[in-house]
Amino acid sequence: MTENAQTLTEKEILELKELCNEMRKDVVSMIHAAKSGHPGGNLSAVEIFAVLYKKCIKICPEWDKSSDFDKRDRFVLSKGHASAALYSILARCGYFSVDELLNFRKLGSNLQGHPSCRHAKGVEVSTGSLGQGLSMACGIALGLRLDKNPATVYVYLGDGEMQEGSVWEAVMNASHHNLNNIIAFIDRNRLQIDGNTENIKAIEPLADKLEAFGWNVIEIDGHDVEEIYEAVCSAKTMDRPTAIIANTIKGKGVSYMENNAGWHGKAPNDAEYETAMKELSR
Amino acid sequence: MLSKDSSKEKKSIRSEYGKTLVELGHKNKNIVVLDADLSCSTQTAMFGKEFPDRFFNIGIAEQDAMTTAAGLSTTGKIPFVSTFAMFATGRAYDQIRNSICYPKFNVKIVATHGGITVGEDGASHQALEDVALMRLIPNMTVIVPADCVETREVIKFAAEYKGPVYIRLARTNVVNIFDPEKYKFDPKKALIVKEGKSVTLVSNGETLTETLDCAELLEKQGIEAEVIHMPVVKPIDKETLIASAKKTNRVITVENHSIIGGIGSAVCETLSENYPVKVTRIGIADEFGQSGEQRALMNFYKLTGECLAERIAKSL
Repeated sequence: MTENAQTLTEKEILELKELCNEMRKDVVSMIHAAKSGHPGGNLSAVEIFAVLYKKCIKICPEWDKSSDFDKRDRFVLSKGHASAALYSILARCGYFSVDELLNFRKLGSNLQGHPSCRHAKGVEVSTGSLGQGLSMACGIALGLRLDKNPATVYVYLGDGEMQEGSVWEAVMNASHHNLNNIIAFIDRNRLQIDGNTENIKAIEPLADKLEAFGWNVIEIDGHDVEEIYEAVCSAKTMDRPTAIIANTIKGKGVSYMENNAGWHGKAPNDAEYETAMKELSR
Repeated sequence: MLSKDSSKEKKSIRSEYGKTLVELGHKNKNIVVLDADLSCSTQTAMFGKEFPDRFFNIGIAEQDAMTTAAGLSTTGKIPFVSTFAMFATGRAYDQIRNSICYPKFNVKIVATHGGITVGEDGASHQALEDVALMRLIPNMTVIVPADCVETREVIKFAAEYKGPVYIRLARTNVVNIFDPEKYKFDPKKALIVKEGKSVTLVSNGETLTETLDCAELLEKQGIEAEVIHMPVVKPIDKETLIASAKKTNRVITVENHSIIGGIGSAVCETLSENYPVKVTRIGIADEFGQSGEQRALMNFYKLTGECLAERIAKSL
């Protein structure tokens, strides 16, 4: 973790970009091997996970052994279907081996289809049923505050997930308690399973809504590692909870998946896999 | 074990819950309490007054309350979440299943106003299916205490036990069945409250009082009923149940809950697999409740000691 620096160096940016490319290959390979999964919403999350785990989150891969375990920052993947990208970054941070990634979604695997904290090392809480991660984050944040623990709680929501009423219960709860130790990312890739969020049940004007609920809101390009990093640095100085609306591209990095709702929950076949890996190796 | 207090004074189970929470709160600073705008009814307000920093009124947002409790438990806190049984188990079922039980988080759900005796508020507020819903979820322990003495011990047990617990409390004030000096709660054991050999009556919660009254009336007719109190619906004490069924060869369950999915079903499941005998389930049939004064409802649904005795005597 980089302490205090508010910007990334050229070298860090380059390393993160390379890591993101590897993570994209992980995601495509995992979903291809599992013959199921959610490529679109995993590929849109890659840069944010990379920046958080490599530069922001105080992580603790050897968490059973460390006395600092309680001081770690927490990450809640509210959109649990972005599990492949989460497992990828966890493996690349040393929580388990990269080889294990290909067991994703298979019988007996620790890498369940949606993250389970009783299975995979590094997963803080089990998620998958949408609309619950922000409440979970509020509970963690309240607990940390009671203990005067300065750790930050990061939570990652889908944009379609904002249609769940329970998210707004939690949005209200976070601002009521002024939980400035919560930083929530909203993966604004604009697509959900059945199509464009605005055609199905519009969530816009999202920033205005969140501000009206008492949140600090930052909008960024969710694929720009510098913007992600700077947004987190800024959020940490706030006296209110912060929502970072990350404008992203669903399926980012694989041409035929980009901006295509059809790739929300479908695995690539062998030929599509080859094409994707070729594109990601360029 | 049984109370020697002959005054038959009715006491509030909910107040006992509130008092016990305060007591536990003094002993263990990790205990936190959440409510969903019903803290004066559930009596968690007592804890809120004593420990404002550890009390979270989440407002009318049961889903948020359950998952917030789950989050708090990950930081080593022991959250007790309370609201009416209807909203706890109905509104927030998914949160309880996925955010509490699946990860086996240390959250205690203490739901009040279980059963038909919610009274005048009527069907929308009468949870007749909460035990069934909670019993279905893996990792969940389900307890329905019968009186204030037992409620206190059950709450203390829940605070010590590591894992999710659902405790169903009645709105009704009840007579103390157990002696506070002698009663000990054992999560693995059902209690034979009265021995007998003609028929086994299994009950819990506020219907235990009625079942004991019923047994007394049956006794006068020469029917020696064995009364088993089964506060822990899950995991069920198979041994005590099977042993009694072997003795009487006739079992009747009594509950303030739908006859589908509650203690009646749990008893049928256990006996049909281990020692099949005829079981009659008495409770609320497959229907919604309705408004009415508590006692009037108990009479209407034939759950009073007298109604039970009449029905059971005829059926034997």
